[in-house]
Amino acid sequence: MASTADVSGLTELNGPPEQRSDDAHGYYTPAAQKLVDAKAPTGLIKDRWTTRKMDNRLVNPANRRKLDVIIVGTGLAGGAAAATLGEAGYNVKSFCYQDSPRRAHSIAAQGGINAAKNYKEDGDSTYRLFYDTVKGGDYRSRESNVYRLAEVSANIIDQCVAQGVPFARDYAGLLDNRSFGGVQVSRTFYARGQTGQQLLIGAYQAMERQVAEGTVTQFTRHEMLEVIVVDGTARGIIARDLVTGEIETHLADVVVLASGGYGNVFYLSTNAMGSNVTASWRAHRKGAYMANPCYTQIHPTCIPVSGDHQSKLTLMSESLRNDGRIWVPKNKEDCTKDPRDIPEEDRDYYLERIYPSFGNLVPRDIASRQAKNMCDEGRGVGPMVGDFRRGVYLDFADAIARLGEDAVREKYDNLFDMYERITGENPYQVPMRIYPAVHYVMGGLWVDYDLQSNIPGLFVTGEANFSDHGANRLGASALMQGLADGYFVLPNTIRDYLADGPFEQISESHPAVVEARTSVEERISKFLSIGGSRSADSFHKELGNIMWEYCGMERSEEGLRKAIDMIRELKAEFWSDLKVLGTADSLNQSLEKAGRVIDFIELGELMCIDALNRRESCGGHFRAESQTEDGEALRHDEEFAYVAAWEWGGDGGQPVLHKEDLIYTAIEMKQRSYK
Amino acid sequence: MNLTLKIWRQKDAQSAGAMQSYSVADISEDMSFLEMLDTLNEQLNEQGEEPIAFDHDCREGICGSCDLMIDGQAHGPEVTTTCQLHMRSFEDGQTITIEPWRANAFPVVKDLIVDRSAFDRIIQAGGYVSVNTGSAPEANSVPAPRDKAMRAFNVATCIGCGACVAACPNGSASLFLGAKITHLGELPQGQPERMGRVASMVAQHDHEGFGGCTNIGECTGACPKEIPLDVISQLNKDLRDSLRAGF
Repeated sequence: MASTADVSGLTELNGPPEQRSDDAHGYYTPAAQKLVDAKAPTGLIKDRWTTRKMDNRLVNPANRRKLDVIIVGTGLAGGAAAATLGEAGYNVKSFCYQDSPRRAHSIAAQGGINAAKNYKEDGDSTYRLFYDTVKGGDYRSRESNVYRLAEVSANIIDQCVAQGVPFARDYAGLLDNRSFGGVQVSRTFYARGQTGQQLLIGAYQAMERQVAEGTVTQFTRHEMLEVIVVDGTARGIIARDLVTGEIETHLADVVVLASGGYGNVFYLSTNAMGSNVTASWRAHRKGAYMANPCYTQIHPTCIPVSGDHQSKLTLMSESLRNDGRIWVPKNKEDCTKDPRDIPEEDRDYYLERIYPSFGNLVPRDIASRQAKNMCDEGRGVGPMVGDFRRGVYLDFADAIARLGEDAVREKYDNLFDMYERITGENPYQVPMRIYPAVHYVMGGLWVDYDLQSNIPGLFVTGEANFSDHGANRLGASALMQGLADGYFVLPNTIRDYLADGPFEQISESHPAVVEARTSVEERISKFLSIGGSRSADSFHKELGNIMWEYCGMERSEEGLRKAIDMIRELKAEFWSDLKVLGTADSLNQSLEKAGRVIDFIELGELMCIDALNRRESCGGHFRAESQTEDGEALRHDEEFAYVAAWEWGGDGGQPVLHKEDLIYTAIEMKQRSYK
Repeated sequence: MNLTLKIWRQKDAQSAGAMQSYSVADISEDMSFLEMLDTLNEQLNEQGEEPIAFDHDCREGICGSCDLMIDGQAHGPEVTTTCQLHMRSFEDGQTITIEPWRANAFPVVKDLIVDRSAFDRIIQAGGYVSVNTGSAPEANSVPAPRDKAMRAFNVATCIGCGACVAACPNGSASLFLGAKITHLGELPQGQPERMGRVASMVAQHDHEGFGGCTNIGECTGACPKEIPLDVISQLNKDLRDSLRAGF
């Protein structure tokens, strides 16, 4: 922790950034003034959250049941928030597009959840978890938010254990944990490879308990399609009942978006097929700022694409890199050979060669980018997809020779089985093939310290907001943020807003409500009336190819400009050549898809503009124009240590760029190095 | 490969349904079963016929959304979820029958989609520990014996897909119910509510129209997460204990 200058948080350690480049000139309008998080606390960093909780006003229990809260999404953040606000006595309405809240995509997280419990007495602390998270995020997250996250992390484990979440235990019956993602302490709690499922079921059960109590009403198979904003304040949503097609108006005193991330903008990702950006994007179009949209986390160990039919990518646990050795053939002509016939001297163990001290365990962004470089050089392996072989070997032959097949089986059995099921190849005999895939997004709607967007009454939690992960996310920190926001942060901040209630009653005939509803209905009839020739899915695939090619792991000014043009053409084509069959008044999955795809197209354009503006390499975002002499990522803190918060500029208009400076008081910014 | 598909089409819950035949060509054995249906749907869209509605989401075997009866078997011929079933499990020229889950308590919504919300209502009847947020004791203050914690975990792997119900000739949800009863019953945190929980969850199960269990065992054979049959013995034992205790 040598880079800690001042643990108190009382002195500013960096000045405001001054951007010199202007690559996105002509694509955006600069805001006149800097964006300020007016609620950002000051003072000793360790006291900020305690002070805020004390300062935030209370709501009398008798008044709580008169206040209506809408929560969109039932993953870790939304499910936990619904359970907690229901317990508190608010009148909660919870929405999800799935048939049950238990199916939200948090369920698929495998590895674990971090918490500063220091059970192993190995030097862990709130401060160290905070430090690792800020550093891992490449110094692009907010210090106060991350400290709070680390601070409440220990309570999350207590809460989940009390709910009956079956975490791994040692022989004394106490909780076990392990180290994860290159961190030097053991702070990751886990339930085999299904931590996300077990945590989500805990939150879901807590929420169902409130449904039984009558404090939470759940609306499953419902999709939010618009935010209702009355006099500048969020007062409800327009949702579609996905079974009957009915367009419903739901009014409330406050709206919470907990609708997850938008990695599906890339079409192929590890996200669930239904994960979408619609809730966030509709809010953005209504005035909510979208922050750092280009920050995408690419995960290095996924099963590669096998053909054009592929609908999604499956993650293999990163733990495989502990024993597997990554290589590609030295010679292009060997790429089609059986890997077992390629002699040792013709293999390039490129991570071990370039990063001798970290080898195969370099961080996610570096492992991902080097895999792409190898394939771009024409040394990729596996099936030809398009004009590329997109795969590198992850070879367990050495580990099997050293530890024996049984020991390897014991450690990785379920992963090896899953791999064989998907690829049809036996990884005990033939090296696995892996390739990077889009996994998580760190961008999202801008929120203040209270998790409130710039639209009063619209709160955003979990992956849907931008605040805690910076430009990169460490392993096991996403589950931590989802539950921290849902169980502990939001319930303590939203009450300060609700303390102003009861709010003026709004009727369904209010012009703002009618306008929101009409716009949804018109949009749906537009989708059905275009009568073109292409499915929404085909547009989504095309968008995904553009995004992956030009706004994926490596980006350049030239590529991004090209991508923006291509996306604009695609958007025009969407509105003239879309084909959606069926009707609006029934279950219609093609219609659902169409609405999501056009939102992804608009978001994709903004992601490219954001990436174009940010002429620095940061986290998973590598700008070709910003690298060190030996090809490593190069940040420019003095220019870009800011949050880019984009305001919707209207259809055909330019987005407006608001900048919020990132000023550190407890941690000094440093370049990362893994050589 | 080329395949003939016989698929259940049903406009909505009120309409009568019927099997219809489709052919698909050039299916790769690397496709998942759902990607094969995507291919068919893209083809139908081009032909101007409304695509087939089916439930799916994570496509990595964990969310429990996918729910197809394939040739009369829940999730098809392998012990896995439909999304993790691949076309290499089938042969060129084969005819495959695809139907929705079959059970009174799972009414058809459209085509291959059924309504599984009865599972949520069973959980609402007591499938939780009544702890409020913020009031939990320090996690290690209540040790859980490792073997019991392991068993709790093994049965907590249930993904709520409903294959057990679809496979059961009686349409019973006893495996689903038994998994939850056992998960919470094995942990110290689940003890205070244990007797009341089983009584009210079983009552809700019956109220929803699920059938009784006659120990046929089709459920565990169809379960993609291999939940063992002994959770039903545990369920019955806990239910007897709760009745004796006056619940």
